Amino acid sequence: MPFLTDTDLQTLWLTLQLATTVTLILLIIGTPIAWWLACTRSWLKGPVATIIAMPLVLPPTVLGFYLLLAMGPQGPIGAFTQSLGLGTLPFSFTGLVVASVIYSMPFVVQPLQNTMEAIGRRPIEVAATLGAGPWDRFFSVVLPLARPGFITAAILGFAHTVGEFGVVLMIGGSIPGETRLVSVQIYDHVEALQYPQAHALAAVMIGFAFFTLLALYAFQRRHPGSGYKVGI
Amino acid sequence: MPKYQYILAALLCWGSHAAADTVRVAVASNFAAPMNALAAAYEAQSGHQLLISSASSGKFFAQIRQGAPYHLFFSADQDKPLALEQMQLTASGTRSTYAHGTLALWSRFAAPTATTLQSLAQNPTQKVALANPKFAPYGMAAKQVLQHLGLDHTRAQWVLGENVAQSYQFAYSGNVAFGFVSYSQVKSGNGFYWLPPKDWYTPIRQDVVLLKTAQNNPAARGFLAYIQTPPAREIIQFWGYEVPDN
Repeated sequence: MPFLTDTDLQTLWLTLQLATTVTLILLIIGTPIAWWLACTRSWLKGPVATIIAMPLVLPPTVLGFYLLLAMGPQGPIGAFTQSLGLGTLPFSFTGLVVASVIYSMPFVVQPLQNTMEAIGRRPIEVAATLGAGPWDRFFSVVLPLARPGFITAAILGFAHTVGEFGVVLMIGGSIPGETRLVSVQIYDHVEALQYPQAHALAAVMIGFAFFTLLALYAFQRRHPGSGYKVGI
Repeated sequence: MPKYQYILAALLCWGSHAAADTVRVAVASNFAAPMNALAAAYEAQSGHQLLISSASSGKFFAQIRQGAPYHLFFSADQDKPLALEQMQLTASGTRSTYAHGTLALWSRFAAPTATTLQSLAQNPTQKVALANPKFAPYGMAAKQVLQHLGLDHTRAQWVLGENVAQSYQFAYSGNVAFGFVSYSQVKSGNGFYWLPPKDWYTPIRQDVVLLKTAQNNPAARGFLAYIQTPPAREIIQFWGYEVPDN
């Protein structure tokens, strides 16, 4: 028997596709959210930051169950997607992307916010006195200075999406090539008592986790203040 | 005597008292509700106490192999108790069938039939939920029903749950129009169900086994004997299962 079957490889490929898509989306929508959180003095800062951090606390299966209800035909998200003619989201790759964006959001927004707060007002005010407009200030000053935070955010968002299980289990439906990710595949192997296949796939995951986090820590040592400390 | 020694003594007494008459039962999720009813009846009758854990049979199998402290294992299938017996982790001669499961096709909104399933072939956006046939007995039965109806080619429309509870969730939330579940889940609830003919799928026989670590536990043996009695068989039937011939 080969080390990994074709189905196993398919789940790995699908997982990479999901994690890449989710990371890109999170960097695009997470940046303005983090920037707003870093700058605002509004009373809304606390509630918004709290809502974004909620997935850190909620058990993933709980989150997954209510996403299943909310995205269903009777749920508010489901009603919205149906009115757009998109059908409903569960059991589709798009549904997994939407759920993962919610689930991995704190892992992207928090490092970005911390880095942006660490930059402080001064460089931005200096740029303003030199005649830079708000957009110019953001793109020429904030983004380059926050680069280490972006790299930390991207690695954490990607890694966390790869490791996702509970939410996917609840809204995925284990459809090959569509929603069956590596984590679910390992679980299915274990449930079917196919331990050798589970071991093989788990070994790949352990290798991935080790080298991703090793790279992250090496990067953070070279760039102190990149926003988010995990473990060290 | 310092205070902590009293606490220690109290804990030891409490612990040993609990161990004497306690039966730790591992039960497959689909049978959790009737197990609670059986346990309540047995506890009232014997004075013993049952601690019930419910999860998938596959998880219990893995845990028991690693020395999980259960006394009785009520599996959703026959394979896992048999495999444990072959690994010599069970008390000899204790494996037996305690229930036959019945498969149901359930919908929250409209009464399903075999024709409902045929709509899968006509409408590619239509989906049906079932437990994963790779490891869930009810999923295997559902797959056989679909194959019986010549719907094997609609596999891309099969949404797989971890177990029948999840298959029910998918149908309950309206994300699929209908799902294969166990009759016991939907027998007395809302919605509509259809029972596929029994000769369309291999019987779902659920086996129980006494684990070797509990072979001298009279309370556990007592419970094993109790589930064969007429009152216990009535409870099992009430929950939508058939009982094996004595």
